[in-house]
Amino acid sequence: MSGVTLNQAIKRYGDVQVIHGVDLEIEDGEFCVFVGPSGCGKSTLLRMIAGLEETTAGKIAIGGRDVTDVDPADRGVAMVFQTYALYPHMTVEENMGFGLKMNGMPKAEVAEKVGKAAEILQLGDYMKRKPKALSGGQRQRVAIGRAITRGPDVFLFDEPLSNLDAELRVDMRVEISRLHNEIGATMIYVTHDQVEAMTLADKIVVLRAGHIEQVGSPMDLYQDPDNKFVAGFIGSPSMNFMQGVVEGGKVRLPALGDALVQAQVALPGDGAAVTVGLRPQNLKLVADDASPIVVDISERLGGVAYDYLDTPTGERIVVETKGDDVQPAGANVTLDFDPATAMFFDTTTEARLR
Amino acid sequence: MNKARRNPFNVAASHAILLTYTVIALFPVFVILINSFKTRKAIFREPLAFPDADSFSLIGYQTVMKQGDFFQYFQNSMIVTVASLFFVLLFGAMAAFALAEYRFKGNTLMGLYLALGIMIPIRIGTVAILELMVSTGLVNTLWALILVYTAQGLPLAVFILSEFMRQVSDDLKNAGRIDGLSEYTIFFRLVLPLVRPAMATVAVFNMIPIWNDLWFPLILAPAEEVKTLTLGSQVFIGQFVTDWNAVLSALSMAILPVMVLYVIFSRQLIRGITSGAVK
Repeated sequence: MSGVTLNQAIKRYGDVQVIHGVDLEIEDGEFCVFVGPSGCGKSTLLRMIAGLEETTAGKIAIGGRDVTDVDPADRGVAMVFQTYALYPHMTVEENMGFGLKMNGMPKAEVAEKVGKAAEILQLGDYMKRKPKALSGGQRQRVAIGRAITRGPDVFLFDEPLSNLDAELRVDMRVEISRLHNEIGATMIYVTHDQVEAMTLADKIVVLRAGHIEQVGSPMDLYQDPDNKFVAGFIGSPSMNFMQGVVEGGKVRLPALGDALVQAQVALPGDGAAVTVGLRPQNLKLVADDASPIVVDISERLGGVAYDYLDTPTGERIVVETKGDDVQPAGANVTLDFDPATAMFFDTTTEARLR
Repeated sequence: MNKARRNPFNVAASHAILLTYTVIALFPVFVILINSFKTRKAIFREPLAFPDADSFSLIGYQTVMKQGDFFQYFQNSMIVTVASLFFVLLFGAMAAFALAEYRFKGNTLMGLYLALGIMIPIRIGTVAILELMVSTGLVNTLWALILVYTAQGLPLAVFILSEFMRQVSDDLKNAGRIDGLSEYTIFFRLVLPLVRPAMATVAVFNMIPIWNDLWFPLILAPAEEVKTLTLGSQVFIGQFVTDWNAVLSALSMAILPVMVLYVIFSRQLIRGITSGAVK
C-alpha cells in the first residue's frame, strides 16, 4: 500500500499563503496529474509531498504512514526534475547508483539495480557517458532511471517534459505511460500542459491559486467540469465562452446575433447574466451572408482546421472544422450546434449550472 | 567573428599592447633571475647584461645554501601557505554554502559581517593579534601564522564562493536530498566539485600574499626555526651592507614554488574568472 493522502495541507511563506488547505486522496498505483496555470501551487504541493518544502499545517501520509515531518530520503519517494538535476561530474552509471552507494549498499547490489533500471529505459549504450554528452531526452531518461533505481513507493515528476522539444515530448510521454504500466507504482506528475494531463492521468487534479478546483478522471473533467475554470483549462483548443442573458428558460447570446439557446439545466430568473460554454469540436460553420459573424483567420492542420471568428460583441470564437469544408477568411457565417452540448455557468461565481 | 577582430591593424595593435604589458610585467623577474647568476661587480657594472663566461658566478646561491637553514625556511613557508590555503578553502566554502543554501535569521547580516573583513585590513589589528598570540603561547610557532592568514583569507573566500554556490542549481541539491545524501555529502560530493574553478580563484588570490608576506612572520614568528622564506632572505639585507648576490638568489628560488602552485590552479582559475561573463 503506497497511496498518498493529504489532509488540510497548508503552505505559507511568511504571511503569504500559497496552498490553502488541500485535501486529496491518491490511490496505490494511481497515476495522478496536478495541472494548472503557472503559479497555481502545483509544484509547491509536489515538493511538499517530496519533503523539500516544509508543510506549514496539515498532514501528509504516504502508504498510511504520517510523513509530514519526515526527511525526503525516508519518505520512500523519488523525484524527476524539470531541469533533470543530473550530477554533472558523474557518468550516467554513477548518477543512477550514487544515492544507493552513499547509503552504504554493497557495490554488487547497486550495480544490479542500476543495470535493471538501465534495461527498462534502454540506457545500456550510455552508461559510461557524462550527462553533458547526452541529448535532452536521454538526460531525462537517466533522471527517470535514477528514480527507478531507488525503488520508491511513489514517483514524483515535476514538469519532466517541459525542457524537451515537441517531438521528444510525445515519445517520452508514451515512455512514462509504459513505465507506469510496467512498474505499477504510484506516480504524481505535475504539468501545465493539459494534453499531458489528459493522456497520462488516471486522475487529474486541477489547481488554481492554491485551491483544488476539481478532481476526477480525464474524461470526467472534460465532459462534466464543475466550473468555468476547469471547463476552459481542459480540452484543446479551449472552450469558447460567451456572455448570455436568461429569457424565458432560454439564453439569448448577443455574440451569436441574439440567438436563443435552449438550456436543459436550472437557470436563474429572467434577465440574469450567465456564461455559455461551447467546445470548438461541437460547433459547425454555416455560410450565411446576412450574419454579423466573420471568419478572421483559419489555421489548417491537415485533418482539422481551426477557424477564429469575430463576433459583434468582440468575443472570439474558435471552431474546429473537419475535412475540406473550410470557409474563406472574411466570409460571413452562422454557427450550428446541438444545444445539449452547451454548458452554462454562473457569471459571478463561475460555478456550473446543472 | 566581428570586423574589428579581422582587421590586421587591430590584431597587430592588440598584440603590441599585450606584448608590451608582458615585457613590463616580466622585466623585474627577468632582472632578478639574470643578476642572481652574476658576480657582485658585474651586477653593478651592467645590471641588464646576461651573465657571460667572465661574470657568471654561483656565489649567491652558495651563500644562500651555507647561510642559515634555507631549506628549513622553505619548508616553513610551504607549510604555512598550504595549510592556510587549506583552511581558507575548507572553512570559506562551508560558510559560503551555509550562507547561500540555508534561510536562517540574520543570514544577510552574517554575510555583511563576513564581508567587512574585505574592507578592513587585518594589519590594523596587529597589536591585538600579537597580544593574543603571546597569551595563548602561540608566538614563534607556525600555527600563529596559519591562523592569521586563514582569518585574513576567509572574508574574500566566503564572498566569492557564496556567489558561485548560489549558481549551483537547487534541483541538483534537492535531487541529492531525495537520494538520501546528508548535507555534508551534498556539500563535499555535489557542490564542491562544481565550484572548483571558484576554489582555484580563491586559492590563487590568497596564495601569493601569504607566500610573500613579511609583516606577520617578522612580528609573530621571528625565531630561527619558524622563519619563512621572505623573512629568511632579510638576513642578507643589512643596514649598511647588502649581499645582493644572496638576496637575488634567494628571491629567484622563492619564485619557483609559487609558479608551480599557480600552474596547478591556473587552468581552473581562468574558468573561474570568466565563468558568468560568458554564457
